[in-house]
Amino acid sequence: MAYHTDLAGTRHVFSDLKALLAAATPLRSGDVLAGIAATSAESRIAARYALADLPLATFLHDLVIPYENDEVSRLIIDSHDAAAFAPLAALTVGAFRDWLLAADGAAIAAAAPGLTPEMVAGVSKLMRNQDLVVVAAKLRVVTSFRNSLGLAGRLSSRLQPNHPTDDPAGIAASILDGLLLGSGDACIGINPASDSLASTATLLAMLDDIRLRLAIPTQSCVLAHVTTSIALIGRGAPVDLVFQSVAGTQGANHGFGIDLALLAEAAAAAQSLGRGSIGDNAFYVETGQGSALSAGAHHGVDQQTLECRAYGVARRFQPLLVNSVVGFIGPEYLYDGKQILRAALEDHCCGKLLGLPMGVDICYTNHAEADQDDIDSIMTLAGVAGVNFIMGVPGSDDIMLNYQSTSFHDVLYLRETLGLRPAPEFEDWLLASGITDSAGHIAATPLALALPALLDG
Amino acid sequence: MAELPARLVALTQARIGLTRTGQSLGTGSALAFELAHARARDAVHAAFDTDALHAAFKVIEVHSQAADRITYLQRPDLGRLLAIDDVHRLAPTGADTAIIVADGLSATAVARHAVPLLSALLPRLGGRLAPVVAAHQARVALGDAIGVALAVELVVILIGERPGLSAPDSLGAYITWNPRAGRLDSERNCVSNIRPPHGLGYAAAADRIAWLVHEARARRLTGVALKDESDSAPGLGGTRLQID
Repeated sequence: MAYHTDLAGTRHVFSDLKALLAAATPLRSGDVLAGIAATSAESRIAARYALADLPLATFLHDLVIPYENDEVSRLIIDSHDAAAFAPLAALTVGAFRDWLLAADGAAIAAAAPGLTPEMVAGVSKLMRNQDLVVVAAKLRVVTSFRNSLGLAGRLSSRLQPNHPTDDPAGIAASILDGLLLGSGDACIGINPASDSLASTATLLAMLDDIRLRLAIPTQSCVLAHVTTSIALIGRGAPVDLVFQSVAGTQGANHGFGIDLALLAEAAAAAQSLGRGSIGDNAFYVETGQGSALSAGAHHGVDQQTLECRAYGVARRFQPLLVNSVVGFIGPEYLYDGKQILRAALEDHCCGKLLGLPMGVDICYTNHAEADQDDIDSIMTLAGVAGVNFIMGVPGSDDIMLNYQSTSFHDVLYLRETLGLRPAPEFEDWLLASGITDSAGHIAATPLALALPALLDG
Repeated sequence: MAELPARLVALTQARIGLTRTGQSLGTGSALAFELAHARARDAVHAAFDTDALHAAFKVIEVHSQAADRITYLQRPDLGRLLAIDDVHRLAPTGADTAIIVADGLSATAVARHAVPLLSALLPRLGGRLAPVVAAHQARVALGDAIGVALAVELVVILIGERPGLSAPDSLGAYITWNPRAGRLDSERNCVSNIRPPHGLGYAAAADRIAWLVHEARARRLTGVALKDESDSAPGLGGTRLQID
């Protein structure tokens, strides 16, 4: 059905719910590319007025992608928790924003199973950056495998030691550098250049060897396609976390070579290994605005709403880590530092609202209008918003994926400036290993630790 | 202050063992980063010079519908479509395999690596090869349109990858069986980071690509169903599926 609002005698009409959501979205290049962005600045605000008056329950019966056509829509509707939604059922989207700003974190978390991705996307379009920070900062989503991630006052990092030819010695050198700078509590995770079984198995064995020899309370991951991880689990490889990129439509997931049944199979395979010592969150999910448009499977829905639907997929599988890779996709989806910043805060807040352990890969490519100053601003705001983890890439320069992310030094900066600490089990290990001193600072040369011996083996 | 031994720093091109002051980067490391970023930005905007290709091979030049670099960067859809005026340049020749060299996001990569890689690759491919196509302002999927125009059953597109700070010249190869409009990313195989001496070398890359081409012909498919089981050095299938 159509939606409209009247502003000073002018009627603004939006042909259906997805058109309304798209028009209400803060400007970004991907929605322009898709031909669904607001046609003027005033029409964008008119859409927000109409959205503010929309009953929240509308999203349960007016679906942006029909139930019959898309298994993600079916998952969202079939798993909706009406009891959790009941306290919010009479609210409009605008009143929901007001409620979020006033509620405490426990009340919001209790409502999470009753929220659909589209409700969360909708309310976020009425929120300024400040609102996205203040709401997210109330929420703690704690997960565990070999350590506890997402606790208050903590900031973790994924140590990302990629290498363009998957060379084990080169990767080990980057891991060592990262550990010595206090990174790696979210996980040590390699994006492999090769998706081959043999190469992935080699990297998994190396990661497990390093972890065991140094007794590091963390988890490892090789971010291969989920079918590769399933095959390697079958061959007895030491898989801690199963990884997969996911998107918010069935068609985009098909483009990734996955569906919900395959994800369920992978989640079951990972959990069957029982490798977590203190918890069993064994899935690592990556997402990013624009992936469905990139795959030609966006159904005319704006990229931020579809990103929230990807979180709807992720929460089905109780992930340890959800990582919005926010600036990787390029300027045709998020043009510059301003758009990347907005998307980072939206993704973090919306993911937390849906009950997910959100991290953000705060990043940009060399064909985007962004630089290190943008990274600094985004990570600082994400830190204030309580992000669970960010990336730790040597010198911000990923030499395999060819983009810039946050560095080991950036993690130190954020912890120092905001008074944040690593995951408690990892913090204890850093201190016991002599990497940090009692104040939590990187100590003087900790090479007495026998780390380099690893590289001689 | 922790300093990584030089022998470890030498194991990778990654920026490890950087100078630190307080919790922050030292001035030298910070400036080195800024210089690399400036060079990568310049590579994105470099022009595609096809003279060396013409000198070595029979080449047909085509353009996408993205008229210039700024349009190309903001409109990937146009980079996937063949310019109307160029369709007539391509006609079926009885060939079954097309090789395309495309600027992508780094004409610098193509300028450095396309000719030596093709010299290693073409003798390994077998089949009936169409003339090499040089494609300007091209995305990976432009290869599908070219493949349709040439009526081939398989295309290999060599394309400049996104410039990285330490790798402004990395070339990727995408192999697509039965090219046609609407092919999904998961229906292609990729050999990436072709960039000797730091990335994959020409012979190793040519072996990989040729293995995939022969397997694709035998099994009549490409993509995630065709796992790389060749035993040479890695280089296949980036795990973040943003391919161009």
